[in-house]
Amino acid sequence: MNIVVCVKQIPDPAEPGSLDPGTKTLKRATKLILDESDSYGVEMALQLADAAGGGEVTLVSMAPNNEVSGLRTALAMGAAKAILISDPALAGSDALGTAKVLAAAIKRVEGADLILTATESSDGYTGTVPEQLAELLDLPSVTFAKHIEVSDGVVKVQRQTEAGYDDVECPLPAVVSVTAGVVEPRYPSFKGIMAAKSKPVDQLTIADLGIDPSQVGWAGAGQEIVSVEQAPARESGEIFEDDGTGAEKIVAFLENLKVI
Amino acid sequence: MAEYRPPLRDIEFVLDHLVDLDELTQFDEYKHTDPDTMKGVLGEYARFVAEQIAPLNRIGDLQGSVHDPATNSVTTPEGFVAAYRRYVEAGWGAVPFDPNYGGGGFPWLMGIAMQELISSANLSFSMCPLLTQGAIDLLVHHGSEEQKEVYVRKMITGEWTGTMNLTEPQAGSDVGAVHTRAVKQEDGTYRITGTKIFITYGEHDLAENIVHLVLARTPDAPPGTKGISCFIVPKFLVNDDGSLGDRNDVQCVSIEHKMGIKASPTCVMSYGDNGGAVGYLIGEENQGMRYMFTMMNNARLSVGLEGLAIAERAYQDALEYAQERKQGRAIGAPPGEQSPIIEHPDVRRMLMTMKAYIEAMRAIIYMQAESIDFSLYHPDPEIREHRKFLVDLLTPIAKAWCTDTGIEVTSLAVQVYGGMGYIEESGVPQHYRDARITAIYEGTNGIQAIDLVGRKLPMQGGDVVTDFLAMIAMLDPALLRGGEDLVSIRSNLADALTTLADTTNWIMTHGTEDPRDALAGATPYLRMFSLVTAGWLMAKSALAAKRLLESGKGDEALLQSKIATARFFCEQILPQVQGLVAPVTAGADDLYAFGPELFSH
Repeated sequence: MNIVVCVKQIPDPAEPGSLDPGTKTLKRATKLILDESDSYGVEMALQLADAAGGGEVTLVSMAPNNEVSGLRTALAMGAAKAILISDPALAGSDALGTAKVLAAAIKRVEGADLILTATESSDGYTGTVPEQLAELLDLPSVTFAKHIEVSDGVVKVQRQTEAGYDDVECPLPAVVSVTAGVVEPRYPSFKGIMAAKSKPVDQLTIADLGIDPSQVGWAGAGQEIVSVEQAPARESGEIFEDDGTGAEKIVAFLENLKVI
Repeated sequence: MAEYRPPLRDIEFVLDHLVDLDELTQFDEYKHTDPDTMKGVLGEYARFVAEQIAPLNRIGDLQGSVHDPATNSVTTPEGFVAAYRRYVEAGWGAVPFDPNYGGGGFPWLMGIAMQELISSANLSFSMCPLLTQGAIDLLVHHGSEEQKEVYVRKMITGEWTGTMNLTEPQAGSDVGAVHTRAVKQEDGTYRITGTKIFITYGEHDLAENIVHLVLARTPDAPPGTKGISCFIVPKFLVNDDGSLGDRNDVQCVSIEHKMGIKASPTCVMSYGDNGGAVGYLIGEENQGMRYMFTMMNNARLSVGLEGLAIAERAYQDALEYAQERKQGRAIGAPPGEQSPIIEHPDVRRMLMTMKAYIEAMRAIIYMQAESIDFSLYHPDPEIREHRKFLVDLLTPIAKAWCTDTGIEVTSLAVQVYGGMGYIEESGVPQHYRDARITAIYEGTNGIQAIDLVGRKLPMQGGDVVTDFLAMIAMLDPALLRGGEDLVSIRSNLADALTTLADTTNWIMTHGTEDPRDALAGATPYLRMFSLVTAGWLMAKSALAAKRLLESGKGDEALLQSKIATARFFCEQILPQVQGLVAPVTAGADDLYAFGPELFSH
């Protein structure tokens, strides 16, 4: 079974990030790493390919400056190859622009049975790319997968909900977004890292994909970041003195929040 | 207590600007590697140790390893078995070893950088791979082809671990006094009987077999170090097909209750309680001490590295605390507000001192590792020889100064925490306790000072040390060209170097007249020598940062901080050299002014 995993390479969250005051977007000129939320999709894909007794896992990523550091991590985990789209014209792309680019790249992967994504990235958090991707590829979309099984051309998904999970199934190929934390991503082994050095990374521009520059980047974005403000400092909490009615006060407080 | 954050930016600065990775990866033996791959491997390893090994540091201290007297087995703390299994599965132990036996064939420098990370993450845990590494190092050089196939392969994967059995109750620093006996059998094997103490990871539950390397005497051996042989004594004998056979006659009869590194089991090993443990001779009889010496530079560098590693971990904790803890109002801060203690000058001084020491230690250790690689594989035999002398000369510096300084930095971390620093729950005392052993094992720091003065200064008739001091002086023109930023670095380094050169002359002259005079000043002399070496490397670091700034490359804030830290070191720490002249050149008279019996008066 051949699986495509969309992965994002993001600035290391452990390093203090900063916004470009001109574009009001995150500075991405530093070394980028594999978004942790994508590592679950990569792990899931590797397990599914294993369970199916074969097939390849292909990574698709869009990043500035031909950045491959994050892809190398996923290749070292066991993915077979990668497609990287990097183009100055992509700066400023919104979620739909990103989905257009990823969809065009995924179409180049022959025989893709399943496309996995994270539910959202850890730097942008729009959480809309997976569904846009499914629409653009004209494929079924299943979201928030906590468990995936594939048999006889059908994908069966346990779809996480607030109360538990729904059993959902649809025919392949399909786009499935994987919830963070549902599998334990493997660490790359030393041999895996060395093997990843020689795995192919197909580096493409939007011209290679036949995408019109006016459809992506700042030019194609249907949204604009008007202003950016500091998050308000956390306010001090409310303190209840327990004069014998502490329990009732807590219940009233929680009811007010509509959490009970 | 902060989570461990691998200091990859600082490590990469050293790899990029203080050592020559490009040249190193051109050597035939390292051609399959390149700087980017090395950094890639290091990055993944950093994530692994930070997430899987570092969180076990505290629980390791609380639980310690436990010996069961009924079975003579040792149980490591919670989580160690699973973490070690993952370490083995990922193949991390193989990186710097011979590809002919399953190693990755990476430079020793790469192994050292990885070792920094795991030692910072969890010193107790790191000692299991470290001891295995030492045993591999010895076997690769002196074992037979069959011994390498049977033992080294499994040790490089980490499936089996290794130990070094030197110490006995009456044979500590004086290894020549070992009593353990080895008697040759008709089949060519030996039977080993005796007791060894202080055996790190002599028994544990992390691996299926433990390969003990044991120093012992054959019945007709000459006395002292010339009569010591080295044997392989596996916990489980190995069958012809490589599977594990009978349990050998070796037991861990107890483990020590220690001040620190509590998760690392320090074992009393009893050999031959039931007729003799089966041992296999390495190389030839009576050559054991010579074999030990081939791995000693590497082992001592690794212990010096532990000083750096634990200092880094303690510094991270202290820095986080100093940024969060608010006490008092710093001068200039708005009235009515308490300031984070990092705003107070004395706390700044402590943090700056820690940071400067850590950068200096890292420079020394990584340069030593680079020299080891150059001494092995540089195509030019003259450069190989030059670097080998440099490794020999600076091994006592790397070991003793970095461990003394590691202890000092962990003590400063306790101080930054104030009262909380004395409370175990803060996690900081553990670093201080863990660090304390590093000045003792692998040759006490006193032994290192004797080694420097007695063995290393006289090398090549004194030419090695003279060449080294000349090499430091050669940096001067470049520092001059470095301009205003480097003026004080240059002048302080020049002053300290002159003092070191004069004092070195004194030691070498008086050492031949009365060795006791030279030995009496050996420890302060080692410190003086180390400070100058550190000052030189800090100056190189500042120079590299200055050049990068001028060319507009790199992270400006990081580069400015490198220059400022080097300036602090050279202006405020390096001048200590002047105060060390008196204790170095005082001679032994004051120390022996009265006899031992009068010390109680």
